[in-house]
Amino acid sequence: MNQGIILSNPRFQITIKRLCQQLIENHNDFSDSVLIGLQPRGIYLAKRIHEELKKLLPKQHIKLGNLDVTFFRDDFRHRESPLLANTTSIDFIIENKKVILIDDVLYTGRTIRAGLDAMLAFGRPQKVELLVLIDRRYTRQLPVEPDYTGIQVDSISSEKVRVQWKETEGEDQVILVQEN
Amino acid sequence: MQKLSVRHLLGIKGLTENDIQLIFETADNFKSVINRPIKKVPSLRDITVANLFFENSTRTKLSFELAEKRLSADIINFAASSSSVSKGETLIDTVNNILAMKVDMVVMRHPYPGAAVFLSKHIQAQIINAGDGAHEHPTQALLDAYSIREKLGDVRGKKVVIVGDILHSRVALSNILCLQLLGAEVMVCGPTTLIPKYIHTLGVKVEHDLQKALNWCDVANMLRIQLERQDIRYFPSLREYSMMYGLNKEILDSLDKKIVVMHPGPINRGVEITSDVADSRQSIILDQVENGVAIRMAVLYLLAGGQN
Repeated sequence: MNQGIILSNPRFQITIKRLCQQLIENHNDFSDSVLIGLQPRGIYLAKRIHEELKKLLPKQHIKLGNLDVTFFRDDFRHRESPLLANTTSIDFIIENKKVILIDDVLYTGRTIRAGLDAMLAFGRPQKVELLVLIDRRYTRQLPVEPDYTGIQVDSISSEKVRVQWKETEGEDQVILVQEN
Repeated sequence: MQKLSVRHLLGIKGLTENDIQLIFETADNFKSVINRPIKKVPSLRDITVANLFFENSTRTKLSFELAEKRLSADIINFAASSSSVSKGETLIDTVNNILAMKVDMVVMRHPYPGAAVFLSKHIQAQIINAGDGAHEHPTQALLDAYSIREKLGDVRGKKVVIVGDILHSRVALSNILCLQLLGAEVMVCGPTTLIPKYIHTLGVKVEHDLQKALNWCDVANMLRIQLERQDIRYFPSLREYSMMYGLNKEILDSLDKKIVVMHPGPINRGVEITSDVADSRQSIILDQVENGVAIRMAVLYLLAGGQN
């Protein structure tokens, strides 16, 4: 298994800071906006963005939730074993709010489709935007495009893009893995 | 990726501790789903489930039906009393006819022990046993253990006494197997005539004095007297049974600890449990009903997911 680093510090941190600045441009003080990280891996990016925004806007209380899409996936019965769910924790109502859905890698677009469905159980948002750290271009199976992108990656289907976090893997970096 | 070690849920016998933990963890997620404003998820939208009830049921039938609806499955219901079973059709013929209509899963309650196992050997669909005679009632045992876990944090090391008509109860056998698998100690309590002769071979304690049993336990699961299954009289009168084995406020208050009171329903108020106990803070009877839907959603979800 070959692997190569495609994003590491300090560019990793700069990318996250830049994404936060882009969010502030569109959402001002976040009084009508909420952040929702998609389980299982999008929650780490959402947490990081949330922490960074708190530093930039210390007086604001920015809402952050985690959303699990397992029960809404379209490939549930196409796998060998059932998909195991993660926790959903959204302790606010998203009715008429601007929702920023956050995931680490945008690939086929199917997780985001399931996320849009799952989100509607918590109300009807005024607007939904998508923020991803990695946009794998030319791999989409559904018409889903991000509003905010960390970096774009062109890769072939036998390659996998993995985002690693200090909290889970010990280091903030993005690697490209070639599976034999 | 984890999955259940079985293709059908025929009884607790046959499940592993890992299976039960997997069902509990999945049920935790479904419990949060059914407490949201929109309580439905689309997971089983391509599945058709037949609920075959060859014996009366209120709670289990409604609970399964609600679980299936919350998972977006299509449902057909069948009650033996209004069917061709009374015209002499065999069980396999009845079920095969229903399966010819493209049904993926069967939830079945039947008065004969082993009916679910028998069916699983002869048909293609996945089967969930919703009670077979006096044999097993696995989803009830799972929701009982899940409710204990929710109330006391863990099942391991807890002492549970099952009081009442053990002889005719499928809930008792499934509960004993399930609780023991999860590491709890189990005792049965009731008149000698209602305790099966060789029950100690299952590794349970036997006690005929309710007060002693309650002093020992952390949880008391009160069972109903199953008069419909009793072919002879097993005790002189319901009044006498109630005096010796009925749980009332006085006995509960005389204990030096607050035990948890459970009942799988239907309750015969004033016989095995008095109203003030059934409605007291120590009772988790209604939590059991709520957890029943989450547990059944988890079982349906995990069985359906492992199919392809």
